[in-house]
Amino acid sequence: MTTGTAEVLRTRTRVRLGDRVFSISTVVAGTIILAVLAAVAIFLILQSLPAVFAQPGTLPSDAVNFWAYVWPFVFGTLWAAFLALIMATPLAIGIALFISHYAPRRVSQVLGYIIDLLAAIPSVVFGLWGITTLAPFVQPFYSWLTEVAGWFPLFAGPVSGTGRTILTAAIVLAVMVIPIMTAICREVFLQTPRLHEEAALALGATRWEMVTMAVFPFARSGIISAIMLGLGRALGETLAVAMVLSPAVIVKFAVLQAQSPNTIAANIALQFPEATGLSVNALIASGLVLFVVTLLINVLARYIVSRRKTFSGAN
Amino acid sequence: MTATTAQPTANAFSAGILPRGATWAVLGGSWLVMGAVFGIFAASGLTTGFNIVGAVFLGTVLFDVLLYLFSRRVEGPRRAKDRLITSLVTTAFIIALLPLISLAWIVMSDGIARFDPTFFTQSMRNITGGGGGALHAIIGTLLVTLLAALISVPIGLLTSIYLVEYGRGMLARGITFFVDVMTGIPSIVAGLFAYALFALFAGPAIRSGFMGSVALSVLMIPVVVRSSEEILRLVPNELREASYALGVPKWLTILKIVLPTSLAGLTTGVTLAIARVIGETAPLLIVCGFTTSMNYDVVEDRMMTLPVFVFTQYTQAAGADAQAAVERAWAGALTLIIIVMLLNLIARLIARAFAPKSGR
Amino acid sequence: MNSQRLGITAAVALTAALALSSCASNEGGTTANTTSPSNLSGTLNGIGSSAQGTAQTNWISGFQTANPKVTVNYDPQGSGAGRKAFIAGGAAFAGSDAALSTTELTGTFAGCAAGSAGIDLPVYISPIAIAYNLDGVTGLKLDSDTIAGIFSGAITTWNDPKIAALNSGTTLPGAPITVIHRSDDSGTTQNFTDYLATNSPTVWAKNGTPVPAGQTFPFQVGDAAKGTSGVADGVKTTKNSITYIDESGATGLSLAQLKVGSSFVTLSAAGAAGVVAASPLASGRAANDIAININRKDTSANAWPLVLVSYVVACQQYKDAATGDLVRAYVSYAVSDAAQQLAAQKAGSAPLAKDLATKVLAAAATIK
Repeated sequence: MTTGTAEVLRTRTRVRLGDRVFSISTVVAGTIILAVLAAVAIFLILQSLPAVFAQPGTLPSDAVNFWAYVWPFVFGTLWAAFLALIMATPLAIGIALFISHYAPRRVSQVLGYIIDLLAAIPSVVFGLWGITTLAPFVQPFYSWLTEVAGWFPLFAGPVSGTGRTILTAAIVLAVMVIPIMTAICREVFLQTPRLHEEAALALGATRWEMVTMAVFPFARSGIISAIMLGLGRALGETLAVAMVLSPAVIVKFAVLQAQSPNTIAANIALQFPEATGLSVNALIASGLVLFVVTLLINVLARYIVSRRKTFSGAN
Repeated sequence: MTATTAQPTANAFSAGILPRGATWAVLGGSWLVMGAVFGIFAASGLTTGFNIVGAVFLGTVLFDVLLYLFSRRVEGPRRAKDRLITSLVTTAFIIALLPLISLAWIVMSDGIARFDPTFFTQSMRNITGGGGGALHAIIGTLLVTLLAALISVPIGLLTSIYLVEYGRGMLARGITFFVDVMTGIPSIVAGLFAYALFALFAGPAIRSGFMGSVALSVLMIPVVVRSSEEILRLVPNELREASYALGVPKWLTILKIVLPTSLAGLTTGVTLAIARVIGETAPLLIVCGFTTSMNYDVVEDRMMTLPVFVFTQYTQAAGADAQAAVERAWAGALTLIIIVMLLNLIARLIARAFAPKSGR
Repeated sequence: MNSQRLGITAAVALTAALALSSCASNEGGTTANTTSPSNLSGTLNGIGSSAQGTAQTNWISGFQTANPKVTVNYDPQGSGAGRKAFIAGGAAFAGSDAALSTTELTGTFAGCAAGSAGIDLPVYISPIAIAYNLDGVTGLKLDSDTIAGIFSGAITTWNDPKIAALNSGTTLPGAPITVIHRSDDSGTTQNFTDYLATNSPTVWAKNGTPVPAGQTFPFQVGDAAKGTSGVADGVKTTKNSITYIDESGATGLSLAQLKVGSSFVTLSAAGAAGVVAASPLASGRAANDIAININRKDTSANAWPLVLVSYVVACQQYKDAATGDLVRAYVSYAVSDAAQQLAAQKAGSAPLAKDLATKVLAAAATIK
């Protein structure tokens, strides 16, 4: 992506000491990251092996083998993260757009500041809020929804009595990832070259046309980054889900029932304190699975992004 | 912000245009209609009670549709679409803000009860009933997070510079890819990893603030890399080329041109990363341990942190003094947010002081 | 430029830390030292049961006041985590809702002197309450068969004939029952399911096979919530709900009466302590290893067999003699009458009955 600058470098005959030191230190930093990641992977794999090759009947929740044990959690993780992102992505882009291009300047600065702050609310507090405020608030709406739209598999009854369903957990997750996604989208939207925007407006484009023609193409890779960061947090969020969700070992899509599929991270948080022996290995192995799932999703996202040529100031 | 200046020029007054206040009239009308519909439902016994959230929500949807049709008739399809999007963006903004406001309000109103001097001058040592404070946890959080930032920011920033300015080929692609993977490490796994790493060298009894910093760094580095990479990429190449043309070496170009230009964005990225990890609970529960006493030594003995303080005060709120513990939990949450707010403010002031003047 | 910014941020954070660090006003015991005859000093770290958390906080406070140079940390991570850490030498003592298993006892204990094993000392007895949220119903009466029916999903509405038969004279609503159980593994669930499995093996069963006791709630019924505080919040905010909960977390909730023998019993600390005192000790263990097999079928007057016993797990002899002195002093204090009364008052636990307390105290005194 940086071929332009690379050529500049190559044509230079004399390599300065400062350049060499600086470029080497950047490579070292990048390598440290790879080393840390490799160390995490090795740790996970070593700890996982006993569980992956466990005898039938020795694993928790009477699973026949490790894959049967971990599948409901994988499903729950993906399903909760998917629901959360479906809600959070349009809202985050909308908020970022509102702040960067729609709201008056004074207002937008304050709003941006507030959103940044919300990214700092600890997950425990999100959990508390989910239990004490959100779940009781949405429960009547859920029971209305199962009555009216119960024929639709997603909204099938019987409705949860406490409102602590996977949909509630997904809402909490969405609220958690919105600040971080918004902050990145906003920064990227604000970096749109002003000349592009003004050119679009000068040609008689409406504001929305200007946004689609000038802002979005410029910000595409940034938006994808924001979504990936949001997804990363949604997939790995631990305590908030553990506190809000009413989990069961189950695979189903219905979002309003009391027995919801649990997520991998929340399951680790719930069971780790009392786990001994092979259960510990099984929990860490499920962490490894989450790691691999994230890896696959990233491969997919990279593939999607690379099919469209990215637009970048450094190109 | 460009929008405000652009608005008058964007409006070509030659075409038909909706009268001033039409938007608000349509909004009010839609809410009334849906209110009436739900009122009839409630009166005829189809639903139990009047559903105000449903009425407002469907009323807003109706407003979006009506305004679109109305504007399409008067102003034409392009402008109608623009209006539709404007109302949708604003609606999205308000919808998303509601839970956030509700959350902020609860933290504020519940946290203020114990937000008193005692809270900031006492630890929890020998405190069983009311009173007591979070000084030990505040110190712990500041030290642990500061160390984590000292580890993560240089590594993360240098990596993103490598990716944007130097990187090509396998290593760069590998780093980009694995940084994304790293964002998916569940926080509790980062904690387990840090614990296993240190237990390897120092035995199973080890708990320290520094271990917490390492665990947090694992979570923080990818956020720093990802956000600063995006920002650095947006620095126009013309600036770099102008610098090279003046004979400035590459590393000085990066230090004096690229980084200052993107300073505001980088600051946001770093504060965001700090905000992301400062509220992390699960890994710190494992590696920093739990104490009620002060500890300033980051490499020795257990160290309390605010998120763990909030978590344990809430989960351990039982028996006769439960209410006092819950109040301390909320005050701790409020303190945490205020700490981030201050960090954020300082970072912005610094960014403003050093950033070059830009068009915006 | 960036390093400058970082430097300033760091400087500001440091200044803030220093400003705050003028030592906590409740610490630094120069005044306390003059009154205290204690010459114990050092740091004692324990990990374990969250059920004991509140009691431990109060004991630590009392112990540190008497011995100002000692710092005791108790990390309420969970019983399993506590036993794991203790066995690996990661904690000087553990709090555990279950005694060390025979397999754990045959292993080596990293923190104990060679050849010395861990011992279990019961220090904390908590009655488990059946708490419910039902408009207009007070003094709900249940027996183990109905409880097993409700929590296994066989009984689904409040006006079920089985519940009505026990509560003649009370109008029960026809609403569905929302069962709330623990989502995390816990000693509370272990003791609750043990009670049901012992008393109602025919009802507490899946497809006719009795379900054994376990830390994980075995049925997919109702809602799950994390921790004592989670289920307490669940019952508080949900109408027509019922749960089992440590009595310490049940403040403000309606508690059901339990049919024991032929009469209905209201939960009482004395009844719970009585059941524990009358229960036999597990056999085949070391002399000072006091593990209790709770008699769930105790039918004496006022007995409350739905009870949890939590232990402190310590070494008989420590590698480090100073740690041994600290643990001995601390555990002896926790079992003392004053500490037990303090826990009863603050955490709603049941003080150990006199005979048992004497026995535990004697065992604690042998820790080296």
